[in-house]
Amino acid sequence: MPLLVVIPLAGAFLVPVFGLLDVEWACHTLGVVVMAASLLLASHLLGNTGVNVTWVGGYAGEIDPESLTGVAMVSDGLSRLMLLIINGIGLTAVLYSISYMQRYTQVELYYSPLLFMVAGMNAIVLSGDLFNIYVFLEVAAIASYALVGFGVQSEELEASFKYLVLSAIASGFILLGVAMVYKETGTLNLAQIAGVVREAGLSRTLWLALGFFMGGFGLKAAMVPFHAWLPDAHPSAPAPISAMLSGVLIKASGVYVLARLAFNVFAAQAATGALLMGMGAVSMLVGVLLAVQQWDFKRLLAYHSISQMGYVVLALGVGLSALAGGRQTIGHIAVFAGLFHMLNHAVFKSLLFLCSGSAVYATGYRDLKRTRGVGRQMPFTGFCTRIACLSISGVPPFNGFFSKLLITIVTVWAGHWVLGGITVIVSFLTLLSFNKVQDYMLEGEPAGEHSHISESPLPMLTAMGILAFMCFATGLLVPLYRETVLGPASEILVDGINYSSIIMGG
Amino acid sequence: MHAYMPYVLAIALFAVGLYAVAVKKNLIKIIIGVIIMHHATNLFLVLVGYRAPEAGEAMAPVAPSAAQGAGVEFAARSVDPLPQAMVLTSIVIGVSLVALMVVMALRLHEKYGTFDLEDIRDLRG
Amino acid sequence: MRGMTLIVKTTISFLIGFITLFGAYIVLTGHLAPGGGFAGGVILAAGLLLVVLAFGADAVRERLGHRLAVVWESVGAIGFLGVAVLGFAAGTFFAHFMPRATGFRLLSGGSIPFSNLAIAVKVAAGLFGAFLMLAAFREAGRREE
Repeated sequence: MPLLVVIPLAGAFLVPVFGLLDVEWACHTLGVVVMAASLLLASHLLGNTGVNVTWVGGYAGEIDPESLTGVAMVSDGLSRLMLLIINGIGLTAVLYSISYMQRYTQVELYYSPLLFMVAGMNAIVLSGDLFNIYVFLEVAAIASYALVGFGVQSEELEASFKYLVLSAIASGFILLGVAMVYKETGTLNLAQIAGVVREAGLSRTLWLALGFFMGGFGLKAAMVPFHAWLPDAHPSAPAPISAMLSGVLIKASGVYVLARLAFNVFAAQAATGALLMGMGAVSMLVGVLLAVQQWDFKRLLAYHSISQMGYVVLALGVGLSALAGGRQTIGHIAVFAGLFHMLNHAVFKSLLFLCSGSAVYATGYRDLKRTRGVGRQMPFTGFCTRIACLSISGVPPFNGFFSKLLITIVTVWAGHWVLGGITVIVSFLTLLSFNKVQDYMLEGEPAGEHSHISESPLPMLTAMGILAFMCFATGLLVPLYRETVLGPASEILVDGINYSSIIMGG
Repeated sequence: MHAYMPYVLAIALFAVGLYAVAVKKNLIKIIIGVIIMHHATNLFLVLVGYRAPEAGEAMAPVAPSAAQGAGVEFAARSVDPLPQAMVLTSIVIGVSLVALMVVMALRLHEKYGTFDLEDIRDLRG
Repeated sequence: MRGMTLIVKTTISFLIGFITLFGAYIVLTGHLAPGGGFAGGVILAAGLLLVVLAFGADAVRERLGHRLAVVWESVGAIGFLGVAVLGFAAGTFFAHFMPRATGFRLLSGGSIPFSNLAIAVKVAAGLFGAFLMLAAFREAGRREE
């Protein structure tokens, strides 16, 4: 299990050496090999059921069996789901980068932070220790700052700086929260903190820490009102990085930790549920309203990321408040819906960003008005774009339809009529904005300057094709993997505070 | 209240840093604000680990010579070393963050010729 | 970047030995006293910086250049990962694979001194590389004037 962190780290450390030797193809191959190895490991871990705990250094109960001083790496259902997402999308992004990054120099400076980011995210979802989460959160975040400012155009630097400062503030809040939790509970182990909360309830300090965590991780997950960095940062990065950022980072570092803290550590409280629902609903609305008026394709996609993350957080919030109220079935389904939508969003949002990158690769423009009719010249890209647009709008039989439907159903069933109505409205507006995308990019006559462009190179097409296939598969084949992947993930969250007893007992 | 004064100081420092980041327009001042915030958080973390001694002075977690009593009593009496280890890691993270920010600011200065945030406003909407 | 006066050069070439010794001391006693890999690495990096500042970047570019920083940084990092993976040999990940002698002696502390060493190498090389890059900025800026 720790190999999942070590292998990308080793890759990240080796890449600059290859770069020094000026062997560019070695960097590419190293990237692909490392990501493939991670994905293999992640799928191998799927075979385990239940919760597996590894104590780093074998420190469990050495000095004093009661205190359990040691850093734990925990792999449970939710971690395995996140690992699949991280490494799977990572592999497609790396495949795509093989040809996309030909336009940029200094490729080793790209692969190294990318592998650092993947290693960091793998460690975040595998860690059972609060400070470990913070450290690897920073690792992944710093790597992403470097990647956002990669091509040094002026607007990319400005975006990267804004993202940097805002994210640093969030990290400061998170660290303050960690300090407060440590003061109250005397431990950093997630399971032990949960144990303290289970016995003594939440004191005022813990509430304050929870508030800080909501703010800090809400910023990482791009919730309104902390969303301001996303529309600048995500479009400015190179396309595969945008895919990784939007498809994976805001999930692994934002939503995952929020869910873990809200469900497992701080015991499902009605207040956190209400807060999550509120943030989710507002994010959905604000994201899609601001997205409809965008002409820049990648900026539009970034705003939609905010909106879709709002969906996920809303579903998790509904589940949380249902669990706090004691309604287990609704809670279970809501959590399942939220995680399902997270998986789907990773797939189709990454596909969308990769398609936009394909358009940029061919034409050099991101503006929808300038890339008219690109879909006619590049049929495969156009096909994938259409699939992705239909998925995110929630059209059957693609994956977006199932998860959005489930979220709407469970929201209404839990009694939140207004929120259910909001989900439907937002879905409609999403359809509207992606109609615009399809109109401009795929239909229409290509302008004269675009008459010479042809289809993108094969690695890019392969990556896009894989994701397009996944859009179908994750939707239609849900019964197949529901038991192995999504079920255990939602059960772990629903189990809530009982999770700690599994860790301490084992 | 008297016992909480150090914590109040750390939070006040954090607020100062937050003010600098939110209000100031100069890039360098924003960077300094982030640094102050980070230092305030580290200070808070160190303060959390203090264990007031029953008798005598507070004992720092420095390993004395082997003669001077080791083992469980040392672990129980000395100031808690775990926050200090956390702060060490946090300082490292802060250093790399600041290095990255400074490089970004330098490059921004190259492109725009100014450090003023008002002028660096290409992205909108 | 030009170097400094003869007085500075002589002083630095005398002091660099002590600075390196001090840094090594901080690194090696990291498990006994405050310090450890990061702090010792910073001191070593500061020593290297002093050499570059005193003698001028042009004079030392061959031996203390960018290439050195990158290579040693990777070496340090791989060394740290190696210590971690070698822990597998003693059981779980990152376990101590050196015997733990009586407490509070120099050779106690399991595999921590090794990781301290690797970290020190990486930090020194990394900070030095970062400084070189910042210095290159300033040089580029000065050439434009």
